[in-house]
Formats: sequence, C-alpha cells, structure tokens
Amino acid sequence: MFRSHVLVCGGTGCTSSGSAQIIESLEKEIKKHCLDKEVCVVKTGCHGLCALGPIVIVYPEGAFYSMVSVDDVPEIVAEHLVKGRIVTRLLYQETVKEDGFTPIVDTDFYRKQHRVALRNCGVINPENIEEYIGTRGYEALGKVLKEMTPDDVIQLILDSGLRGRGGAGFPTGLKWKFASGNRGNVQKYVCCNADEGDPGAFMDRSVLEGDPHVVLEAMTIAGYAIGASQGYIYVRAEYPIAVERLNIAIGQAREYGLLGKNIFDSGFDFDIELRLGAGAFVCGEETALMTSIEGNRGEPRPRPPFPAVKGLFESPTILNNVETWANIPQIILNGPEWFASMGTEKSKGTKVFALGGKINNTGLVEIPMGTTLRTVIEEIGGGIPNGKKFKAAQTGGPSGGCIPAEHFDVEIDYDNLIAIGSMMGSGGLIVMDEDNCMVDIAKFFLEFTVDESCGKCTPCRIGTKRMWEILDKITKGKGTLEDLDKLEELAYYIKDNALCGLGQTAPNPVLSTLRYFRDEYVAHVVDKKCPAGVCKDLLSFKIDPEKCKGCTKCAKNCPVGAISGEKKEAHEIDTSKCIKCGVCYDNCKFDAIYKV
Amino acid sequence: MKSLEELKAIREKMQGQVGFRDEGDDGIRVVVGMATCGIAAGARPVLTTLSDKVQEKGLDKVKVVQTGCIGLCKYEPIVEVIEPGKEKVTYVHMTPDKAIEIIDKHLVRGQVVSEYTLDMK
Repeated sequence: MFRSHVLVCGGTGCTSSGSAQIIESLEKEIKKHCLDKEVCVVKTGCHGLCALGPIVIVYPEGAFYSMVSVDDVPEIVAEHLVKGRIVTRLLYQETVKEDGFTPIVDTDFYRKQHRVALRNCGVINPENIEEYIGTRGYEALGKVLKEMTPDDVIQLILDSGLRGRGGAGFPTGLKWKFASGNRGNVQKYVCCNADEGDPGAFMDRSVLEGDPHVVLEAMTIAGYAIGASQGYIYVRAEYPIAVERLNIAIGQAREYGLLGKNIFDSGFDFDIELRLGAGAFVCGEETALMTSIEGNRGEPRPRPPFPAVKGLFESPTILNNVETWANIPQIILNGPEWFASMGTEKSKGTKVFALGGKINNTGLVEIPMGTTLRTVIEEIGGGIPNGKKFKAAQTGGPSGGCIPAEHFDVEIDYDNLIAIGSMMGSGGLIVMDEDNCMVDIAKFFLEFTVDESCGKCTPCRIGTKRMWEILDKITKGKGTLEDLDKLEELAYYIKDNALCGLGQTAPNPVLSTLRYFRDEYVAHVVDKKCPAGVCKDLLSFKIDPEKCKGCTKCAKNCPVGAISGEKKEAHEIDTSKCIKCGVCYDNCKFDAIYKV
Repeated sequence: MKSLEELKAIREKMQGQVGFRDEGDDGIRVVVGMATCGIAAGARPVLTTLSDKVQEKGLDKVKVVQTGCIGLCKYEPIVEVIEPGKEKVTYVHMTPDKAIEIIDKHLVRGQVVSEYTLDMK
C-alpha cells in the first residue's frame, strides 16, 4: 500500500510536452530517496486543463502542479514527497492561497463543470482494468446481464433522453430500438465512431486515452440490448495513444472474462475489434465509416436504408459516438431520472466541449446542457487573452457556424444552437476575438471541406470548390456584391442536394458568417478593406513617424529589404516590395507600425 | 470472472486505492511532521504505518499527510489529528505501535488517547 499517489497526465497534450520523461524521472528520483515502497506514480488520462500541461497531482494532499518540467522533478520529490513541503511555485496559480492551496475542484475552471463522460479521465490509470472496476466499472454490465431484459435496457436509455453526442443529436434509445427486432435470428453489429475529425475537437480521444473500458462496457451493454455479438471500434490511426490503450483494455477485458463467451455466466457472447481509419474526414459519416470497415473505399451511401435496418455487411447495426458510449454505464447505474435531471427540456445530461482559439484555458470541459456561452467562455475558459474583445464562437467545426456576441447568453443545447444557425457538432468550440476576420474563417473551414470531400456527389465535390473560389476572390478584394448572392444561392443548393452529412452541412460556416457578419463581407467587397486586418491583399503596413525611434530593428528583420531609414530617424516601408509578412509589426517595441 | 461477487471483490480491493485520490477536504486530517528533526526521530515508519492502516481499514474520510517542522523538535515524531469543528489533538514521541493504537482508538472510535498527547508531557 502506498501513502502517496503521484498522478501524471498521459494524455496527448501532456505527452507531447514531455510527461513521459517526467514519469521516468519521478520514478528514478523516488527510488533514489528509497520511497518506491511508499509512493506510486500513476499515468492517467487527460485532466482537461491542457493549456497548463504537463500536469502532476500529488495525493493525498491534492496538490495540483502545472507546467512541470523534468528539471522540477528532483525538487518535487525532495521537498514534497520526502519532507511534506508543497512546492508553491509549481502550483496551478488559481489554487494558491496565503496559507496553502485550495482543492482543484474549487477553481473557476472546474467549479461549474459536471463530469459524467470524463469522470475517470485524469483519475484512474487507463491501463489497469482493476482501477476502472474500483470506480464501479463493469457494474452496469453486470446489472444489465443479471437483472434486466434487453427491452428494459432500451427503455431505460429512452427514458434518460440521451441524444447522440457525435453531432446530429439523434435519440440514442430510439436508434437501439430500431435495431432491436428479430434478436437471435440475424447477425447484428455494434460500432463505435471514434473517427473524430472536426478541427479542434478532441474529447473522444481523451475518453479513449483516459477511460477506454467505459466504451467497451457500454458497447457490450448495447450488444445485449439489440442482440449483437460483435462490435467494432473505428478509430483514427492518428491517435496512437488511444489505439494502444484500447488494445490493452480489450486484452484485459478478455482476460477477465468481460468480453468473449458467456459473460457473467449469462450465456451472452460479445467481442470487440479495432479498425483503424486512415484519416479521411468523411469516414466519420456513419455510412462511409461502415463502408470503410467493410474494407472498401470510405464513401457514403444514400439513406434509407438506415444502418439500424441495413448497416455493416448489410446487417442491422448501431453506431454511436465515443462520448455517447461514455454516458451509458452511468445512466444504468444511477437511473434515467438522474440523467434527465441534468440539462434542458430537450437536451439532457452534459456535453464535453474542446475549448480552443482565443481563450485563456484551452482544454476540455464538461458542462450541463443549458449552460450559457458566457459562463463557458468567461468563467470556465478564463476569458479572452490580452484584454481583447469577444467576437464570435465557432461550434460544430466545418459543419457548424459562428455564434456572435449578441447570442452570448444563449443556453447551449442542440435546439438552441440550430435555431441560431450553428450546431452542437462533436463539441469543438473555437473562440474568436476582434483580430479574426470572419470571411477568412469561413474560407478556412471551406478549404477543409474542399480538401476532405470524397468526391462521390457533384454538389459537394464541385459546389464547395466554387464556393471557396468566390470566398478567395472576396478576400483578395476582387469580389462583387453579386458574388455574395451567388455564394448564398450555391450554399442552399449544396445543402439540399449533397449526398451525406458532410456536404449538407459544409456551407454552414459561410451561411452563418453571412448572417451575422455581412458587414465584414461588404467591407471586403465595397471598401476593399479587411476590418480585422487579416486578409493580406487588402492591407498595407505603415510606420508612424511620430512613434518610430529609428531603432532599425524592423529594417534588420525584414526578409525582403522593404524598410529603409537612417539610425535614430523615422523609417519607411516600400509598399511595392513589402510582402506583408507582419514580422516588422510583431517585433516593433514602440508600436510604431500599424495596418491600414 | 463469472459472477458479480468476483467483480465486487475487485471493486472493494481497489476502492481504497482509487478513493485515495478524492478531492474533498471535509474529513479528518492526520498530519505527520516530516522535517529533518521528525525524520531523524523516526517519523517515516510512523507515517507509512498510519497511511497503510488507514487504507487497510477503509477509513475513507481520513487523510494522512505530511508537514514540515512545527518547532517542537524535541517532541518529534509528532502527529496531529485535525477534525473539522473539534480542537486539534497533538500526539508526541510517536512510534508505529502507538500510531496503530491511535487509529484504533481515536480515528475509529473517536476516543483521544490522552496518555500520548502533548499536554500530558
């Protein structure tokens, strides 16, 4: 037994900033001080505060150390673990108090969160099935197999009001019900969509990395509910840590008899295999995903027939997203009323958001549905850096839209977001401030869809490309007002005619920015100006002779020699040579360079 | 594994370990002085004994933590028991055996072992 547990985040964010070396060094230092029988080092999943990684937490005190480097390790061991003295300089600033520190759960970032899907992330060792069992893992599966009929399970999920967390928000229980007929007589499949492709969204990765067994348990429960014996997890090959931990988890679950034949002596058989995706965005679309599992090129097919009728290998199939699965065991253990008590009337439970862009606390947060955008950005997210003004939040990735400041107090749920022209999507939330150009943002997302369009249907393959070309024209100052009308017409045409969800939602970023930021489009077209100073063709850099001290820094840094001037005298930029790289603007100590 | 009992056995075995990472600070804190003076006087075995026994007995409201020198070096090893709403109890000249006594009497049954407290010296 250990008197102290040192938890080190092993999520992708912290791993890329060196947490593996920290673990190695901790183990070495602990051994050096002969504490290896007293103190254990545990590699966990993501804590959510990725901006402050690598993160190390020492229990029982609960000291939350942030931005730890390998060089800090000897001090943590010698001071905290040997002598019991907290290393205050490494504590997460928000937790520091005059006479010690506050628990991490009392900080702004965590206080308003409610962790259901992420409950084990950052708490347990994901590579140890017994730690998962220690937090009531596989208890829901036991309860389902021993005490409930398959129809009971489906009814319970229906009663909870759980809706799919992958984007569209289809009621999960209903999906299961559609696939539940003819149990025992036909082959059926249960699939997990772990092909998380939205730029900026990484909650599925975190669940797989931090709590892989929850997905296995939930899929097995669904297998029992619909009468399937085989499951597939379709996960991106770009998530190597998630793939590794899933493989470990599947191996352990088989070893403990929680996957395989006759689970809990109930006569029910279920097994799960992984399928690695090669990184095509369209494979996150359910029919394309199943086509890819079948071994074919990942292209969508028309619906109906829906997967519940004719899915993988032409058999009835249910397909849910990782975060949806992560809610299932908790709903079974705590009851549908518990789950339905959180959230809004039509959107129950919690939702995980990946905060990114112009926000202080970049990371993962799980909040009850119905929390306002203001709470998420200002309180949990810690606001916008450098005192800049909030302009818009982008939700739903390339399928979603922008929410402007006027809707800052909207309660986030599926229906409210649709009503204001965006969507929940998988939960990426990218914050933009006054320095972001909305036309440029729309162009960025469209560039992504053009790149990722599978090419099967014309509206998506050609239509999105034409839209991108119009946007490109506008950002170069060559657009006309008719182009804006054409853009809109094309957008609605693609929405109505594309084959799959990717194409049908691809115009959303353009439509929502046209709706809320039309004045910015008009400024690009009519005044030939980019108000945010992003579109390079529409701006030039100038030096304010009053502020310029003649330090020559800009002239030295300019890659094309466009800046001239005598020492200690005002400099000048030759606009015919300037390539608008912005190096001078970023480096001027006297704020003498401005954009026009 | 074929039965719910087997699952339960693993859960109970692991609960102490995972519950150890609880964030709440509303329970009893047992603080062991672990400065140079404490360590020299033998505080380390006292600390590990307390920590092991608390986990063994599943006392999930009790946290065993370390602290630095509190200035009473000649009384080390010192163990303080801090319970919300009650006066702090300071035990002095602790040994692993005395620590076990404190767990059984003070932490489990709520009886202060007054023969080891500071005010008796």
